[in-house]
Amino acid sequence: MSHSKEIMVKMYTTMNRIRMFESMLQEYFAAGKIPGFVHLYLGEEAVAVGACSCLTDRDSITSTHRGHGHLIAKGGDLKLMMAEIFGKSTGYCKGKGGSMHIADFDLGILGANGIVGGGGPLATGAALAAKYKKTDDVTICFFGDGASNQGTTQESLNMASAWKLPVVFVNENNGYGISCPQCKSMAVTDIADRAAAYDMPGVVVDGNDVLAVHEAVGEAVKRARRGEGPTLVECKTYRWRGHFEGDACTYRCTEELNEWMAKDPIPRFEEKLVESGLATAEELEGVKAAVKKELDAALEFAQSSPLPELSALLDDVYA
Amino acid sequence: MAKKTYLQALNEALAQEMEKDQSVFILGEDVGQFGGCFGVTQGLFDRFGEGRVMDTPITESVIVGAAAGAAASGLRPVAELMFVDFIGVALDQLFNQAAKMRYMFGGKAKVPMVLRMPQGAGIGAAAQHSQSLEAWFMHIPGLKVAIPSTPYDAKGMLISAIRDDNPVVFLEHKLLYGVEGDVPEESYAIELGKADIKREGTDVTVVATSRMVHSALEAAEILAKDGISLEVVDPRCLLPLDTGTILDSVRKTHALVIAHEAVGFAGPGAEIAAQVAEKAFDYLDAPITRVAAPFCPVPFSPPLEQAFIPGAGDIVKAVRALR
Ligand SMILES: Cc1ncc(C[n+]2csc(CCOP(=O)(O)OP(=O)(O)O)c2C)c(N)n1
Ligand SMILES: [Mg+2]
Repeated sequence: MSHSKEIMVKMYTTMNRIRMFESMLQEYFAAGKIPGFVHLYLGEEAVAVGACSCLTDRDSITSTHRGHGHLIAKGGDLKLMMAEIFGKSTGYCKGKGGSMHIADFDLGILGANGIVGGGGPLATGAALAAKYKKTDDVTICFFGDGASNQGTTQESLNMASAWKLPVVFVNENNGYGISCPQCKSMAVTDIADRAAAYDMPGVVVDGNDVLAVHEAVGEAVKRARRGEGPTLVECKTYRWRGHFEGDACTYRCTEELNEWMAKDPIPRFEEKLVESGLATAEELEGVKAAVKKELDAALEFAQSSPLPELSALLDDVYA
Repeated sequence: MAKKTYLQALNEALAQEMEKDQSVFILGEDVGQFGGCFGVTQGLFDRFGEGRVMDTPITESVIVGAAAGAAASGLRPVAELMFVDFIGVALDQLFNQAAKMRYMFGGKAKVPMVLRMPQGAGIGAAAQHSQSLEAWFMHIPGLKVAIPSTPYDAKGMLISAIRDDNPVVFLEHKLLYGVEGDVPEESYAIELGKADIKREGTDVTVVATSRMVHSALEAAEILAKDGISLEVVDPRCLLPLDTGTILDSVRKTHALVIAHEAVGFAGPGAEIAAQVAEKAFDYLDAPITRVAAPFCPVPFSPPLEQAFIPGAGDIVKAVRALR
């Protein structure tokens, strides 16, 4: 482990911020306090954190319907996120967007997305803008195994490679698109194999190992910054919850879930940190306690914030 | 007659047509064991097997295009998109391919497919999962557009849509799935392009579609107490549009309010208003009024979403303003 303590502890902190944020949403959704529907990122924290820890604030990401983890990993403000998910006027998008539509352009968060496969072309465009403006900024496109089958995704891979655009396609392969297992929606086992069709590197990593993700995406980001074009990094992972909160999840078995829960990315990282002497168990407990406080404050902010005024309905349709 | 929900009525229509005609099959995302995003295809996988109830990858473009291709090759596919909003991903296959094949190829092709899509706001699903897009489809020669409002209509119209030799866009409202009504056990077909008068009246015609039919009926109850009699006309299909029934009603009442959940500007009501203005202008005692969604995407936060969705109160207000 060649990284500094600072980076490592930051990654650990961010994973915990995501874990606790999502657990809180799970609880408040079940209590009927959150409108609409939410797709939780529990179990997949290592992907967002490993990937986004390779970026600076000037770099961008495009996210998905399961976007909370990506946004937090890119530095999203927990209070503003929580308020948005609760539909409050103080939220990131003034309550207009909700869970599936949170963005922070100052942080390079080009938006969660309600359209599966919607992010690929946008990420390609953001990378095109970087190349056009001759910056060395990079864009990460997060997308699922299901999304990898959309034409928009494949078209993006092709054009980004043909034009050598600075984008990294981070595939979160959690094995399912809603109820549809990967084996029924595609003939390949490794989505990374598809990279060959576009003559770009395709890499498979353990998506529950934050350092493995960080290494692989780090390489890809360097390559993109050098102007050598995109990489497809496939992270094998698993979502602990149903597709959305309320999904009975009848299409997968408990053994499979238990197998993956045993590969929980947070304790795995914790062990590494302690074993390598980079942090003590007490320090890590301290991190968790601090995150818990931060989340309580975010929740308090969201709950005490006002709902939007009806007069806001027609605002922001045009610039 | 048995009471059934709109959802059960659709399910029954699918089952009965599949039973009757081997060339009918279903394709879409999670339509198999999972039973469809809202549950419309529940039980059909177990009954007809994966050979006829097909879970596709997430690939709307191919769902629509493969339905068109299979239809042109002699089958009768019923394709489902989880939300109408996803048609954006697949539009070319619908309007440049499915809709135009017959005409472009000089009448040689037949494309007997149905594309079922739920639309509408009201479940906090925000801007990309809540739209009402019927106006897009009515603008395309070659398509038919069905938009049933009751369980009875849903079943009979879906059966007709499946038997129709043209591509039929079948628009369901997600808040109607749980609505109950009388639905006969046996199979029956409701001709596409025939409006239905959901309530007879004498003072004002309200042409309403989909969920707004129920709002119009509610408004009619409220206004009846004030001695105002609404006639509620449900076109049921927007393409072909039964202008005859609408015009007859307007000639009787001399006043027209059009109610739909789609955005008002260039919405389906624009065509209905134009038809009436062209063909029955002399009968109108007041300007035509539209009750529709405001010109913005569907907002997430519940109070904003509720303010976005037109309802019975808006129809009542519109009718009162006429007089
Ligand atoms: C264009 C489009 N089609 C379908 C959906 C419905 N939908 C939402 S999420 C999802 C599954 C996505 O699977 P995957 O890409 O693997 O992401 P995961 O949910 O597993 O994170 C589907 C089908 C959608 N939102 N957009
Ligand atoms: Mg998936």
